Amino acid sequence: MNKDLILLGHGSGGKLSHQLLDDLIIPTLSGILPAGQNDAAVLDHDGRRLAFTTDSYVVDPVFFPGGNIGSLSVNGTVNDLAMMGARPLFMSVGLILEEGFSRKELGAILAAMRQAADQAGVAIVTGDTKVVPRGKADRIFINTSGVGVLEHALEISGCQARVGDKVIINGTIGDHGIAVLAAREGLELETGIESDCAALNGLVAEVLAEGGEAVHVLRDPTRGGVATTIKEIARQSQVAVTLREAALPLKSAVKGVCAILGLDPLYVANEGKVLAIVAPEKAEQVLARMRHHPLGKESAIIGEVTAGGEGRVQMETAVGGVRAVEMLAGEQLPRIC
Amino acid sequence: MNYLDEFRDKEVVLGLAERIKGLTAGRTRPMTFMEVCGTHTMAIYQYGLRGILSPGVRLISGPGCPVCVTPIGYVDKAVAYSRLPGTIIASFGDMLRVPGSSSSLMEERAKGGDVRIVYSPLDAVKLAERNRDRRVIFMGVGFETTAPTVAGSILAAKGLGLDNYFVLASHKTIPKPMEVLTSDPELEIDGYLCPAHVSAIIGATPYRVLAEKCGIPCVVTGFEPADVMQGVEMLARQLAEGRSTVEIQYSRVVKWEGNKKALEIMAEVFTPCDAEWRGIGPIPESGLAIAGTYAPFDAERVVPVEVEEPREHMGCLCGEILKGKVTPFDCTLFGKACTPEAPVGACMVSSEGTCAAAYKYGR
Repeated sequence: MNKDLILLGHGSGGKLSHQLLDDLIIPTLSGILPAGQNDAAVLDHDGRRLAFTTDSYVVDPVFFPGGNIGSLSVNGTVNDLAMMGARPLFMSVGLILEEGFSRKELGAILAAMRQAADQAGVAIVTGDTKVVPRGKADRIFINTSGVGVLEHALEISGCQARVGDKVIINGTIGDHGIAVLAAREGLELETGIESDCAALNGLVAEVLAEGGEAVHVLRDPTRGGVATTIKEIARQSQVAVTLREAALPLKSAVKGVCAILGLDPLYVANEGKVLAIVAPEKAEQVLARMRHHPLGKESAIIGEVTAGGEGRVQMETAVGGVRAVEMLAGEQLPRIC
Repeated sequence: MNYLDEFRDKEVVLGLAERIKGLTAGRTRPMTFMEVCGTHTMAIYQYGLRGILSPGVRLISGPGCPVCVTPIGYVDKAVAYSRLPGTIIASFGDMLRVPGSSSSLMEERAKGGDVRIVYSPLDAVKLAERNRDRRVIFMGVGFETTAPTVAGSILAAKGLGLDNYFVLASHKTIPKPMEVLTSDPELEIDGYLCPAHVSAIIGATPYRVLAEKCGIPCVVTGFEPADVMQGVEMLARQLAEGRSTVEIQYSRVVKWEGNKKALEIMAEVFTPCDAEWRGIGPIPESGLAIAGTYAPFDAERVVPVEVEEPREHMGCLCGEILKGKVTPFDCTLFGKACTPEAPVGACMVSSEGTCAAAYKYGR
């Protein structure tokens, strides 16, 4: 295999992405250790803690049931800040447009961005626009960066999961990936499945208000799905995690499409889900509070953190067996966000 | 009834496990059943069924993944085609990552080759229709499940008068390799979980030769967990009662006579041929070649290309794994030099490959 080539799988959010980060990008740019790698950087400045993050969006198709690249680009970055327990404040927007892209569609995308920003309570304060010749980009790519502030002293990080903690998710898995896939040209599936694309900062604020110091990890299982995200956390925290398949919230339409296409919903992307890893004594309270939030009605405890086998994740299957859970390898569904 | 939940029911699965335990009790060696369908392999790992089954049953994986049994020379030829100017390669996703002797279709795509993933061969025909100034070559890989749709794509291309649509055909048919494996004394196969999708096309009668001549129980089995467990239970029951017949567990889909329309299309466009199975070797009358009438759509006949000498990768046990003789865990490359992101052998590439299933779910 030619090791020099960047492959699509390097952008999958799974194992190849991690290899590229660990072998080339992080050592060259910053050298930060894996335990400190999170959805956003937390920076101390004059006694205040700021969270800073950036993300690029290349989803195909640009419009999909439940959202478009605009709402996705705002919510995704808001969520990366929220996962550090930060209150999102400001955002930048970089647009890369392909020559010939429709002004009307751009207008609709920008309107969705504005609406998402208003809903999340963030201000879009700076930006940049570039146009490249036809064929040099695919319609529209968006980069957003965001700054938020941490208004508490909690240390929420992928390395904080502890033995006995419960794993909570705020609803059904795989909706976004399947909605985008079903909307793609060439796949004639009428599913009625909508992307779960949503800003999670409001829900996270409730989780923190209820759980406080009992909230150890928050992370949004986007590319690579719940499986990849839980595996990342297990490795960072040097713990094992056991998931229960029967407890995983899953829409029957998503289950059906996954069965038809041979996909595992555990690896399908989400854009409005948070995995909260919470100390057992507060887990039920946090769960109850989440269920009162519009984005958390179907919240469920899906597993727990266990001792032994650092970084090992397994799942008790719905039929009573046990299987290993690994990170997504290669590309299951490219350009999902 | 939604055809999923009732076949993923824990009580049903555990009840079947108990019955299997009863049927296997007191035997000197475990009953050895082989599945010959990649989707079975995945389901067994994905639901952790080996752990639920009693030690009285050993499940082994056979050559049930079409990508995995495709010879390396085929990949090399596809790579060579992707380098020809004015050529679009259309393929199902799994073929892209299969390593050839020195490259793969994915690598060629990253270098600028026009390689497209399609979900149906008819999409490849549409590609040819939209790109009349270029040739579209579809990677015709698969068992009887895929062969009819590929045959259908050739008929569609003919109907549209396309002269730029071609198939690089490497289709294989399932019952023959089962006969070959049955006669392998090292394997001691006691029964076959016969494939679900393949049997939806060919029906259940082709397995009669195995049951009646070779004395091997055969059960056509679906691939939800309760299907697999019931298939195993039916095989164990036949063995316990000293019978060997063909039975259909997956009766909600598979009929004895198969799918007549699909068989007709297949017979119209393809003709049986000897085929090379990766890991097993040549098996007479186990492949499908494009029939003479449809030669203008046969990439190998119409589009000449120079292909490198095929070189298998050293140390890869794919061949033995495809025959069910060793498990992925016996291979020294497994999980080390050979992983899904950098696969050495085809069994690690295909989402239905035994090594990929073992890597993803089994460790």
